[in-house]
Amino acid sequence: MSKLYTFLKYFFITFWTVFVVAPFLWAVSTSFKDFQSVNSKVTYIPWLDFEPTLEGWRVLVKSPAKGGVDIVEPYFNSIFVTCTASLISIVLGTLAAYALSRFTFKAGFVRNNDITFFFISQRIMPPIVLSIPFFIFLSTIGLLDSLLGLVVVYIVLLMPIAVWIMVDFFNRVPKELDETALIDGCNPYQAFYKVVLPNSIPGLIVAGMFCIIFGWIDFFFAFILTFTEVQLLPVKVVALNSSITPWWSLSASALVSVAPLIIVAFIVERYLSKGNLSGALK
Amino acid sequence: MNFKHKFVFLFPGLFVLIGILIFPIIFTIRLSLSGWNSYTPEMNFIGITNYIRLFTDDPRFWESFFRLSFLSVTTVILQYVIGFALAMMVWREIKFKRFFRVIFLVPMMTTPVIMTVIWRTFFHESLGPVNDLLGGLGVKPILWLSDPIIAKFTVIIVEVWQWTPFMFLLLLAGLLSLPKEPFLAAAIDGASPFRKFVYVTFPLMAPISIGAIIIRLIEASKIMDTVFVLTSGGPGTATETSSFYIYIKGLREFQMGYAATLSFTYLVIMIISLTIIAKVLTKLMIKE
Repeated sequence: MSKLYTFLKYFFITFWTVFVVAPFLWAVSTSFKDFQSVNSKVTYIPWLDFEPTLEGWRVLVKSPAKGGVDIVEPYFNSIFVTCTASLISIVLGTLAAYALSRFTFKAGFVRNNDITFFFISQRIMPPIVLSIPFFIFLSTIGLLDSLLGLVVVYIVLLMPIAVWIMVDFFNRVPKELDETALIDGCNPYQAFYKVVLPNSIPGLIVAGMFCIIFGWIDFFFAFILTFTEVQLLPVKVVALNSSITPWWSLSASALVSVAPLIIVAFIVERYLSKGNLSGALK
Repeated sequence: MNFKHKFVFLFPGLFVLIGILIFPIIFTIRLSLSGWNSYTPEMNFIGITNYIRLFTDDPRFWESFFRLSFLSVTTVILQYVIGFALAMMVWREIKFKRFFRVIFLVPMMTTPVIMTVIWRTFFHESLGPVNDLLGGLGVKPILWLSDPIIAKFTVIIVEVWQWTPFMFLLLLAGLLSLPKEPFLAAAIDGASPFRKFVYVTFPLMAPISIGAIIIRLIEASKIMDTVFVLTSGGPGTATETSSFYIYIKGLREFQMGYAATLSFTYLVIMIISLTIIAKVLTKLMIKE
């Protein structure tokens, strides 16, 4: 019984690992191919199956005029939009979460839980529902196809995540902490800033990572609300897909685009193993 | 604590969110009562004509909605089962535990559309590795993207790859936060691993499971990116989800008024059905 279980366990883990890694291996292999080795027959291992070339990687940094793809600018656009929107969402979300965790609000039938639910429920909103009015709204105020317009939209996507994680986290930070600070003569803002915040760094990091993930991987809003002036990374890569398929540069640019966040997987695992996440994600 | 300080903390976030959202929502409702399209791009008032059209004369929307329900429920169930299994396996000591944990988390960190671009080449019917390797085993080429039924499963495979890690993360974080005593008690009673799971682990995990399933259902109900790149809703309308249909009506055919009707109805249905699902799940999984 237990031998069979161990066997099944390792079999399943191996199977899933292969499944997770397979598309990456395929992309790495494809990024070193040329027309011949993509289109003649399916090839896998460089040198053995085909002669690797660096062409797919070289076009990434060439300017479009010379037949390149130039993903450098979209890359920085993506980083800018993701980081700005995450930062704003974290600041506003953390303040709101602190209020919802520490004070009682009453307005008619609305209680703390209802306000928290209002924040979190914004994730239910399908992007398509917002995209049409945003499209018209941003074009009216002239922010269509601009970084600022995207930042505004992304705040709606990210603030719910920040509130969701931080409310739970603050609920676990003992109230005595703020009370002691208040007795020691801090005003509520100092108590928050000097005492509660430094004790909430794990929660802030988790919330920050989630905001960055969900900002970085969004495609739909960037696709609808930007055209030529501003392009974000996912839109750029998908645009490559629709032209005649140069699989090698497509794979190379896809790999470059997903690489930075893979580091986040290591950070999340670290927090998980240290037990900090279990508190922050429930 | 002083009365007014609490508003200073709450209001910036609340009002920014309301400020950004209030216009789009009111605008959508107003737009849904208009006949705005590419011929008459103006905010006229045609009453509930659009809603009548939706409820009497648009089977394509309802089909896309049932397709979406099928896709999201199937993927979330698969993600839950697989995610729970994976979390159980790397919960306790196992060789290379941290390595596997990282590997299991990675897909979640990658951009869905960009990975879908890779998946498209992966499932390519003549030049992709899947059919080639299966061909080596003597299997006939499978029409991953151009058969109406198989294409749905291709979408499911990609969605499961992409989002099982999220389920895994939430469930593993839950497992790691469980108290030790019930497990000790079970060990003293000499419970088998199977009974331990059924009577201790699973009930303790029920609230976390419900949370995770609902969060994933909310996200899965927005399936769009994957479909957009993988199949563009095709072949025909075989993988078209509600979001994608609204996108076609609104931003390709520019029937803005009608698209707003669809959007608003879709949003209402989403809120109602997710609330019901949350209630039912809570009843089913927490018995005592």
